[in-house]
Amino acid sequence: MKHTVEMVVLAVGAFLALVGAGFAQDRLFGAHMWILFFMLLGGTLVLMRRVDFRPAVAGHRALQTEYFDEVVKYGVIATVFWGVVGFLVGVVVALQLAFPDLNVEPWFNFGRMRPLHTSAVIFAFGGNALIATSFYVVQRTSRARLFGGDLGWFVFWGYQLFIVLAATGYLLGITQSREYAEPEWYVDLWLTIVWVAYLVAFMGTILKRKEPHIYVANWFYLGFIVTIAMLHVVNNLAVPVSFLGSKSYSAFAGVQDALTQWWYGHNAVGFFLTAGFLAMMYYFIPKQVNRPVYSYRLSIIHFWALIFMYIWAGPHHLHYTALPDWAQTLGMVFSVMLWMPSWGGMINGLMTLSGAWDKVRTDPIVRMMVMAVAFYGMATFEGPMMSIKAVNSLSHYTDWTIGHVHSGALGWNGLITFGAIYYLVPKLWNRERLYSLQMVNWHFWLATLGIVVYAATMWVAGIQQGLMWREYDDQGFLVYSFAESVAAMFPYYIMRAAGGALFLAGALVMAFNVTMTILGRVRDEGAALDAAPLPAPAE
Amino acid sequence: MADKHKHVDEVSGVETTGHEWDGIRELNNPMPRWWVYSFYATIIWAIGYAVAYPSWPMLTEATKGVLGYSSRAEVSAELANAKAAQAGNLERIAASTVEDIMADPELRQFAIAAGASVFKVNCAQCHGSGAAGGKGFPNLNDDEWLWGGKPEEIYQTIAHGVRHQGDGETRVSEMPAFADMLAPEELRATAAYVVSLTGTPSNPALVEPGKQLFADNCASCHGADAKGSREFGAPNLADAIWLKGEGEQAIVDQMRSPKHGVMPAWLQRIGDPVVKELAVFVHSLGGGE
Repeated sequence: MKHTVEMVVLAVGAFLALVGAGFAQDRLFGAHMWILFFMLLGGTLVLMRRVDFRPAVAGHRALQTEYFDEVVKYGVIATVFWGVVGFLVGVVVALQLAFPDLNVEPWFNFGRMRPLHTSAVIFAFGGNALIATSFYVVQRTSRARLFGGDLGWFVFWGYQLFIVLAATGYLLGITQSREYAEPEWYVDLWLTIVWVAYLVAFMGTILKRKEPHIYVANWFYLGFIVTIAMLHVVNNLAVPVSFLGSKSYSAFAGVQDALTQWWYGHNAVGFFLTAGFLAMMYYFIPKQVNRPVYSYRLSIIHFWALIFMYIWAGPHHLHYTALPDWAQTLGMVFSVMLWMPSWGGMINGLMTLSGAWDKVRTDPIVRMMVMAVAFYGMATFEGPMMSIKAVNSLSHYTDWTIGHVHSGALGWNGLITFGAIYYLVPKLWNRERLYSLQMVNWHFWLATLGIVVYAATMWVAGIQQGLMWREYDDQGFLVYSFAESVAAMFPYYIMRAAGGALFLAGALVMAFNVTMTILGRVRDEGAALDAAPLPAPAE
Repeated sequence: MADKHKHVDEVSGVETTGHEWDGIRELNNPMPRWWVYSFYATIIWAIGYAVAYPSWPMLTEATKGVLGYSSRAEVSAELANAKAAQAGNLERIAASTVEDIMADPELRQFAIAAGASVFKVNCAQCHGSGAAGGKGFPNLNDDEWLWGGKPEEIYQTIAHGVRHQGDGETRVSEMPAFADMLAPEELRATAAYVVSLTGTPSNPALVEPGKQLFADNCASCHGADAKGSREFGAPNLADAIWLKGEGEQAIVDQMRSPKHGVMPAWLQRIGDPVVKELAVFVHSLGGGE
């Protein structure tokens, strides 16, 4: 491989970053450009060292017809790595809330660490999981190599660059203060380019498929990719103060700005964390339990209902605000109607196990996936309930919301991703089985216990907060100050950090297990587990 | 390809759609009835809700819904109810002086409840949620008052603040910095004398010269008996309550380069009736005179 074009592009990019650092209008932009410069320079050097001057071998074309799995391997490793990072930062911010002295100014205070945590888990961990699994699934269910040659590499490395720029930007203090869309304009533009490349690679593979029909998982992946592109572009419309500066102003203002932000924010949940991960569920559960999908009709109805309903539900984040009443009604009724379309996925996931329920007992990976779907069902019931204005008036702004998000994120997104990773690693690296199934079992219990502690604690904390905020005495005066409700949260914040630490411990067990599997080690675990039915090969 | 031959799943006996992707098939099961009917029910409920409540944006405003609900009207009604429940007490406080409020047990009780609520939001940041203060922030529960503990005196302090720039009636005083006026050993001697009033100084030999230094330099504000003066906001030094810190070193530091606390003037921010409520509340904490 000569990598000539790639090297030139990276080197030119590094030079431009250097120019950007030199002419930067503000110190932060300069710092960010230096980071970019060193990353691109490093990339150029790595490519240079890998130049191979031997003439291309004849087998090169044959290689082209196989599945492009190298990028999926990188994606799986990145998922595990960013997962551990994101969970670790989560435990740190949880402790910062309990012990404010842990806020280390200026780079590691809660205000900067919190977006680092949310972006690391949603976009770095979740995003890498979605990109890696979508590349794996679309190739196999289309019986076609990933479209676009090395485009897959561009998507992977471009996305990692986005993650590093976003993360370093948060710690430096570069933010446009839009929740879950904190990166500034130039990082947004870069993500747009990467995302369009992702869409081209995915769509191209579907277009050149050798199967007559498009598999349901690919509908969900495509819905996720297209909608995220739209949400990202519209919500981040902004005018930079300078093309060599880190500050920009949003195209929206006032309540329109808030509504655009929550149209984006809620659909990031709907399309990134729901549709994308349902796609994972629709491939990995049938494969792992080796049973057909329960109902084709249910999958098609709940897909279209979910896609149509979700996009309207965002205003429920703005109940009892300056948002007009009619828009609040819209957000609320669509959220309630979303309940059954969401549960369609749960039914199809769980009922796919009919005829193979014994595997919940014998296969810890199946157990993990089933627990993921159970948490999905719980979170998608809780969500519509919290969108009802009467409930929302108690739950809004409290830690109940945080608990709700984490039962979805840790329970649903986390566990289904872990299940997919445990399925993928032996296949991608051609291992007979995972290094240890007992460790998968440990991971399952650590994670489940962690989520239960976390969510239950936050329910109690949130409801107590909500009740304290609205408690009046018999003379009509507020009984508690806000600071008193903060002080009352202390024991819950400790318990929440403990729940998060359990979840992190499970992820570390997984990282070890995955590493050992990749290294080709197999742990001797006795007859009982060896006899456990292993996933049957696909072909 | 596979479409032509329908395939039946052996385990469930259900026909599949005939498609297969990477070994995955799909059963041709109907949608669960309960799921379909629940979905219909939420849609019907949504339509009903949209008829009852504001829901459909028109050119200038949205449909109002048959219930005539609006969140603005809801807030106004709640505020009106809260006001009605307070039975005109707010108006009576607005029309009364602090002494009048103190003289009317019912009104005084109401003002204490109101003041407690306001205190949590505006005062607790410095004085603590139990009003016990801290280093540099006076304790409001004890009988030591810098500027007076009568209801009207407390009112004056809250309304105009202490050393609050921009308020002509604010409480002002300034302790001079003695770093240039007294030698270090003289500062230590004065501190030894002040400590001797309530405790044991580290070097009793310094107390006698300190007493003379105190009389010459400090007594004009803090009084010959060191019991302070409310006229100047000068603290009583003959009790064991220390605002800026305890011990000889803290006293030396304060003499050498004094710290002066600042309290905002609240009258413009929260209004006269609320300041009255706060004054009655603070007076009720235990040290009121």
